[in-house]
Amino acid sequence: MVEWSDFERSTILDIFANMDYDVVGPKALARCLVVYPWTQRYFGNFGNLYNAAAIMGNPMVANHGKVVLHGLDRAVKNMDNIKATYAELSVLHSEKLHVDPDNFRLLADCLSIVVAAQMGTAFTADVQAAFQKFLAVVVSSLGRQYH
Amino acid sequence: MSLTEKEKTVVRDFFGKIVARSDDIGTESLTRLLVVYPQTKSYFDHWKETTPYSAPVRKHGINVMGGIYEAVGKLDDLKGGLLTLSELHAFMLRVDPVNFKLFTNCILVVLSMLFPEDFTPQVHLAVDKFMALLALALAEKYR
Repeated sequence: MVEWSDFERSTILDIFANMDYDVVGPKALARCLVVYPWTQRYFGNFGNLYNAAAIMGNPMVANHGKVVLHGLDRAVKNMDNIKATYAELSVLHSEKLHVDPDNFRLLADCLSIVVAAQMGTAFTADVQAAFQKFLAVVVSSLGRQYH
Repeated sequence: MSLTEKEKTVVRDFFGKIVARSDDIGTESLTRLLVVYPQTKSYFDHWKETTPYSAPVRKHGINVMGGIYEAVGKLDDLKGGLLTLSELHAFMLRVDPVNFKLFTNCILVVLSMLFPEDFTPQVHLAVDKFMALLALALAEKYR
């Protein structure tokens, strides 16, 4: 089981309590599709992803970004058992969506970068460490049920 | 995955724009590497301390940024231009190349934090590619 310090716990809760999901979700997913273009393979029916401007202005990308970000809420509420919490979602991503789990890591990296931009200097080294540890656990759990 | 001419311009322009904060960026990035990935401290046993923003961390962060700016000046031939640095890392420092990726993560976070308006997804893409190519050039002489 993952051990969380008091600092890590309160940091994660704080970040998500103050998160503007409608801004961060869309930005994170759009950034992922721009910086790692091969991730676009999962969004064939999202319409125009031909260039960065199109991706960043695409309403389906924005909407899906919000969905994905809200998906993290479950982990925030169940930090002591993220693996079990995401078992079903892991199966979904493996058996139905066929997403290479490395993509979870790519999106997590983009999310860190967007949150850093939102928080500025409040995103200290310790906060970054806590946030990236949280995301690493989420990423690992989402990949756990692949076989 | 090589840099297009357009991406090279993006990299040169962006790094030119932020050069005044280069020392802070280096210090901040190295501090974060040591905090977020504590295993990287193993390379610095010989330092008096590895605490965030301490003197040795600041000095070395500035040093590393100097290397990065040298690479920005040699975008048309990173492998050739960074041969000496590669030999240093391969034969003397022997830093496991996985750490280049970890450092890249830290510097990208710092750039996003300090320059939220300028570090657009397009700039992020070009800089990420540049850092990956820089890491490859540094690892060139490893084996």
